[in-house]
Amino acid sequence: MTLANCILLASLLFSIGVYGLLTRRQAVAMLLCVELMLNAANIVFVSFAHFRGGPGQIFAIFALAITVAEVAVGLALVLLLYRKHGDTAIDLASETKG
Amino acid sequence: MMDTIGFGVVAGVSVVSALYVVRSANLIHAVLWLALTLLASAVLYAMLEAPFLAGVQVLTYVGGVVTLMIFGVMLTQRHDGTVAAASNVRNWAGVAAAIALCTLLFVAVGRSDLTTGTPPPATTTTEIGRSLLDEHLVAFEALSLLLLAAIVGAVVLARRKDHEAGDATVPTSPPSARRGAE
Repeated sequence: MTLANCILLASLLFSIGVYGLLTRRQAVAMLLCVELMLNAANIVFVSFAHFRGGPGQIFAIFALAITVAEVAVGLALVLLLYRKHGDTAIDLASETKG
Repeated sequence: MMDTIGFGVVAGVSVVSALYVVRSANLIHAVLWLALTLLASAVLYAMLEAPFLAGVQVLTYVGGVVTLMIFGVMLTQRHDGTVAAASNVRNWAGVAAAIALCTLLFVAVGRSDLTTGTPPPATTTTEIGRSLLDEHLVAFEALSLLLLAAIVGAVVLARRKDHEAGDATVPTSPPSARRGAE
């Protein structure tokens, strides 16, 4: 278990999240992929804090709290989309275009 | 040696369950696979000498976020009671983009100097608590404001506006009205 290994694992998880975000069309499934990506970022924070020191764990705690806020607002938006269209396919949200 | 085996197991479990998260056709299954990924991350945190974060990860992510997500999936079922199939579209473009990003990240990691000497002493939970309320106090308070704003925002967004339901000028119709139409 080296720093490079941890970061490679995080990159892999982040890329999987990006793949899911690009291919999923259900709003809830896209939120799940965002969770994966944020989790990957947290792994990098914690591994740097372990191997090099510094306030990485504090960053990870803040990132965690922000994730929870994001999920709450995201699910509220999904619920709104569902109430408006009866489905949560993200293409239905096209009226939010500027 | 044990360290390497443990890391290998954790990495394998995270990557496989993450793949199931993005590929599973059943949304509930995808959420449960996400819970497994997050639990594997919690184990990794414990191995990286961050026990507090490991606990918080289990409490907030696995206990809170995953539960919320399951609520989200169940609240947005289709009117015939089935959950919409979570299909994957634009497969090849997505695969290409993800592989390109992954290659880029791997090359960047390969070229950086990531050698580590002896690791510094682990941050204890006491130190985390002290620094949260000392040098990071402003960020901490800003975060509590952000959480308050998120709660208020979520309530405002998700509140059912009953007085608008009968208004003909508003194009929205609640699911109950739509169910009769179908």
